[in-house]
Amino acid sequence: MATVSLESLKKSYGKTEVIHGVDIEISDGEFIVIVGPSGCGKSTLLRMVAGLEGVSEGEIRIDGQRVNEKEPMDRDIAMVFQNYALYPHMSVEQNMAYGLKIAKMPKAEINARVAEAAELLQLEPYLKRRPRQLSGGQRQRVAMGRAIVRRPSVFLFDEPLSNLDAKLRVQMRLEIKNLQRELGVTALYVTHDQVEAMTLADRMIVMNEGVADQIGAPLEVYANPQTEFVAGFIGSPPTNFIEAEILGAPAGTKIGIRPEHVAIAPVGQGRTTGLVLYAEPLGAETLIHLTIAGGNAVTVRQDGAVAIPSEGEQVGLSWREDDEMRFDASGRRL
Amino acid sequence: MEKRVTFKGIWLPLLLATPQMLITAIFFFYPAGQAVWQSLFIPDPFGLSMQWVGLGNFEFLLSDPYYRASFATTAVFSILVTLVSMGVALYLAVLADRLIKGSGTYRTLLIWPYAVAPAVAGVLWLFMFNTRVGVVTWYLGQLGYDWNHVLNEGEAMGLVVVASSWGRISYNFLFFLAGLQAIPKSVIEAAAIDGARFWTRFRTIVFPLLSPTTFFLLVVNIVYAFFETFGVIHTITSGGPQQATTILVYKVYADGFVGQDLGSSAAQSVILLVIVGILTIIQFKFIERRVHY
Repeated sequence: MATVSLESLKKSYGKTEVIHGVDIEISDGEFIVIVGPSGCGKSTLLRMVAGLEGVSEGEIRIDGQRVNEKEPMDRDIAMVFQNYALYPHMSVEQNMAYGLKIAKMPKAEINARVAEAAELLQLEPYLKRRPRQLSGGQRQRVAMGRAIVRRPSVFLFDEPLSNLDAKLRVQMRLEIKNLQRELGVTALYVTHDQVEAMTLADRMIVMNEGVADQIGAPLEVYANPQTEFVAGFIGSPPTNFIEAEILGAPAGTKIGIRPEHVAIAPVGQGRTTGLVLYAEPLGAETLIHLTIAGGNAVTVRQDGAVAIPSEGEQVGLSWREDDEMRFDASGRRL
Repeated sequence: MEKRVTFKGIWLPLLLATPQMLITAIFFFYPAGQAVWQSLFIPDPFGLSMQWVGLGNFEFLLSDPYYRASFATTAVFSILVTLVSMGVALYLAVLADRLIKGSGTYRTLLIWPYAVAPAVAGVLWLFMFNTRVGVVTWYLGQLGYDWNHVLNEGEAMGLVVVASSWGRISYNFLFFLAGLQAIPKSVIEAAAIDGARFWTRFRTIVFPLLSPTTFFLLVVNIVYAFFETFGVIHTITSGGPQQATTILVYKVYADGFVGQDLGSSAAQSVILLVIVGILTIIQFKFIERRVHY
């Protein structure tokens, strides 16, 4: 159990800076999800915490202790890799016991811990198998087991679910969350999937081009995005962005409005007029795609029971002023 | 479904396969058959007549202390060549694998010795260790060590082992480096997080994962040491001193072409043929199953 602090953490490869200073205080037992598009530096950030990448500037503290110079094995962490990184020449049992054996733990204790982890992860029937004889989900569990048996203070997950199929992903997501709650361990979890981020996180870090654009609880980030990038990245379908000029606001700024906050109104009413391109009825809800004056695309999300306008029809679009999110030219929230 | 090219007649495919079959027949089957045939006779010294002796040549060889000594020499020589060339190659490959900058240059330079023919490599080493004009010999003399591989059997063996291993290191290095680079980085990182430091990681993760490569190289290098080192030995020691470096393949030459005992020489070739056959079978069996993990 431990706290983790990152203090103006930077990473450069040669002259190229890829992480431009990240600050966060993670409290004991907290589940932090680092989310962002590929290439935003989220994996690099995690690997710095793990000790697999050097720190160019700033400081990492685990339980108040500076760990910048410490080797991965001395940081009291465990990591689950995207491709699981199981040892192919060892059985499931040996995979899980490997770290404990190196730590010269007594055999009885090793066996007890492996048995406990195997029970927790329902791996008991597979202990003698090699990784290649397991399915993706089972391999994933072994990777988790290998992390659990060492009882680390911090769990690091590097996109652990991205190699699984959609159904298994949902199931493993729940298992990871339960496990983390049960063990009460601090977790850092990297993903590019916003659903994983929203469902798992106590707090999430939204990364964009090496900068932590926003750090906060999922719903708070959703309701109150601090930058245009965050507003566009979190939420599906994404936030609509409209050039403010069209609506009579100062030029250069943008107005963001979430699809569920826009309603279809009769022509002439509402804030602007749009041309219906096509509608996607999903049953419970309907997504309507329109273009408005100036060429901006707008998506409206409405209840499945509400009448769907026909393609090519001109309609009015209305929303409450409170739901508008205004962004300046550099993408900052006004 | 696999797409196959099919020929209508028999003549075109036969024509296309003929050159390879001819080469194999003329340069392999014919001499090999002749060796088997000759091993059953003793020719007279002028080559005018041959006398049928059945398995007499083999019986004589197996009771010949010189031939048995040559077997032991071959064993020592091939084990040393294999260990030295694979050990050094593995060490260099591990270093090259860790290198980020300049790894291309490093690799290219390490591959060069492979391009040197065994006989040329032998002459190169002979010049360096020549008892009268060799550079290394001179430096050793300055240090008070009197190098003389012409008289000292151990030194002679050492020199042919080094000369034979030298070019071979490049070959082994290539395979080891490819093997190392095929191991996923994340597995090594996982081991590092699990607490394994460099040497432990190498012993428990890297080396076991390299075992298919290692086994393959083991067989290939033994075959090399048995058969392809003739040039090195011929140029450096000619099998001496006191037959200390006369390996089996050199003895075939020495007895047959120098000693003019063609019957015995042919019998020795047949024995070598059997040995290389066994090694090939081992290798094929291994390639089919691989060392599995």
